[in-house]
Amino acid sequence: MVPLSFYLVLSGILFACGVTGFLIKRNIIAIFMSIELMLNGVNLSFVAFAAQWGALSGQVFVFFVMVVAAAEAAVGLAIIIAVFRTRETLNVDYVNLLKL
Amino acid sequence: MSITQFILVSVVKIVLATGGLLTAVAYTVWLERKLVGHIQNRWGPTRVGPFGLLQPLADGLKFIFKEDLTPPHVHKPLYIAAPMIALVCALTSIALIPVGGWVRVAGLSTPLEITEVNIGLLVILGLASLGVYGVALAGWSSNNKYSLLGGLRASAQMVSYEIALGLSLVGVLILAGSFNLREIVDAQSGTFWGFIPRWNIFRWPSQIVGFLVYLTAAYAETNRLPFDLPEAETELVAGYHTEYSSMKFAMFFMAEYANMITVACLASLLFLGGWHGPVAGPAIVQAVLPVFWFGLRVFAFLFLYIWIRGTLPRFRYDQLMAFGWKFLLPVATANLIITALIVALRS
Amino acid sequence: MLHLLLFLVFGFACVAGAVNLLVQRHPINSALSLVLVMGSLAGEYLLLGAEFLAAIQVIVYAGAIMVLFVFVIMLLNAGEEERTAGSRVALVLGLPGMFIGSVLVAWLLLDRSPTRAVAAGALKGDPQTIGWLLFHNYLLPFEVTSILVLIAIMGAVVLASQPRMDASTKKEG
Repeated sequence: MVPLSFYLVLSGILFACGVTGFLIKRNIIAIFMSIELMLNGVNLSFVAFAAQWGALSGQVFVFFVMVVAAAEAAVGLAIIIAVFRTRETLNVDYVNLLKL
Repeated sequence: MSITQFILVSVVKIVLATGGLLTAVAYTVWLERKLVGHIQNRWGPTRVGPFGLLQPLADGLKFIFKEDLTPPHVHKPLYIAAPMIALVCALTSIALIPVGGWVRVAGLSTPLEITEVNIGLLVILGLASLGVYGVALAGWSSNNKYSLLGGLRASAQMVSYEIALGLSLVGVLILAGSFNLREIVDAQSGTFWGFIPRWNIFRWPSQIVGFLVYLTAAYAETNRLPFDLPEAETELVAGYHTEYSSMKFAMFFMAEYANMITVACLASLLFLGGWHGPVAGPAIVQAVLPVFWFGLRVFAFLFLYIWIRGTLPRFRYDQLMAFGWKFLLPVATANLIITALIVALRS
Repeated sequence: MLHLLLFLVFGFACVAGAVNLLVQRHPINSALSLVLVMGSLAGEYLLLGAEFLAAIQVIVYAGAIMVLFVFVIMLLNAGEEERTAGSRVALVLGLPGMFIGSVLVAWLLLDRSPTRAVAAGALKGDPQTIGWLLFHNYLLPFEVTSILVLIAIMGAVVLASQPRMDASTKKEG
């Protein structure tokens, strides 16, 4: 029997790693992956609480989060490709002018 | 049964299944060379052993003795890991495939599959999704433009046809009401009007369409003709496995044939009635005969695979992607809608 | 006991993957660490009884979304990260800050939350029940997310396609 707080701590660690990656990474794709890591951490806490309260709606919500994450990943990566075509760089520090 | 008995039985099943799968992979290669040879009006391998039956052994020895060279310009960790990923995902699928009913051996009764998982079909689809990494990483880590193109094309193709593959199976799932492979097979027992077996391929107007969509998507998933552009020698210098030699190439080779066998097993289970067939005789024969009927269906499917390989020309890449997205996906969706409508109206 | 052991194994793999994502400089290594995190999370979901979600996590997240990431990394030929002035500042300030923040939150959660232990596989999230919920109670969000995905597909196709206007004005070669 694993106490629920263990799952919450794991979810918190994943979320914290996601935020840290978002702050310290300079590669736009790595930043995007940190966002996905944050979403995964949140998914874990949803499923953990669903198991504690015996409510399957937590798992259904995770399903929706996954679908939205997929849609966001597709559009975000398309934006990254479009930005790369014009700026020729993937480093966010160099994408700091509105017009080249 | 106790935990040690369970572990012992599982280990025996794992050894038998893995040994059976590897032998089947080796002899599928032999079957392909023989069949394609005869289709092209020539003998296949005939020298090594009677009818060339020891050819896979000779091929295996050749692969072991060949020089396993790692080119200096590759990204080493991923170069070595990619064939392993492909082979692991291909070989793990056999753990979920049931080949027969329950058997009683020495007082222990056990199902003829390594694990019985409630979501078995989903796990097999998940392993197929993970297999894309082997191909994509092989193409990228080889640091070679032909490999990169081949890897990109192969992974795009596999991801696109996974959708049609999954959708074509949902019709079967609606009819059976479960993801459990054993329950899907059990739902196909019995006959229509006394003589047509109750296989899913004969049910409703649309399951034959589902079967054909599954067949086509399976050819594309396993990178076989007519969809084998990513690894065609005349197009891309062998595509994503250009830089691989000896045992690593053998791993890709084995992974491709193991995927073929998994897809054939799935088709037999989901559309052709699994292991149902006339059973008679003493208990030991009654336990083994379903496995024989299952093997017969898998053999028929593999024969069809190889027959089409020897007959059809290759798709061009844009034709391939257009076919997957603009034709197969709508047809699979229509199949799903019609099946769902019929089931909903009937109940 | 086995439950705790499995939780620790999967949890350790999750955390190792997450930390490796931060440490690695080449995005392909980060992407593969994230795949490891997602696979371990699928194991955690199985421990919590969410079998359908575990399968969907592997098929959709690890098997499709991350393949898309690996694709884009391969396509754009992303190289290793460079160290700029901004990234040095972020490392010096961000890393200790996040560490302190997460330790604080973890202490709060472990100390204050009135939660009880969860048995392995207590709440069975089998596909039939989740499907029933999706198509009865949550039908509207289901339909809205399907339209969202359709919009995302159209947006991605438009954004990533080659611009047609410039092709006629640019010279070949």
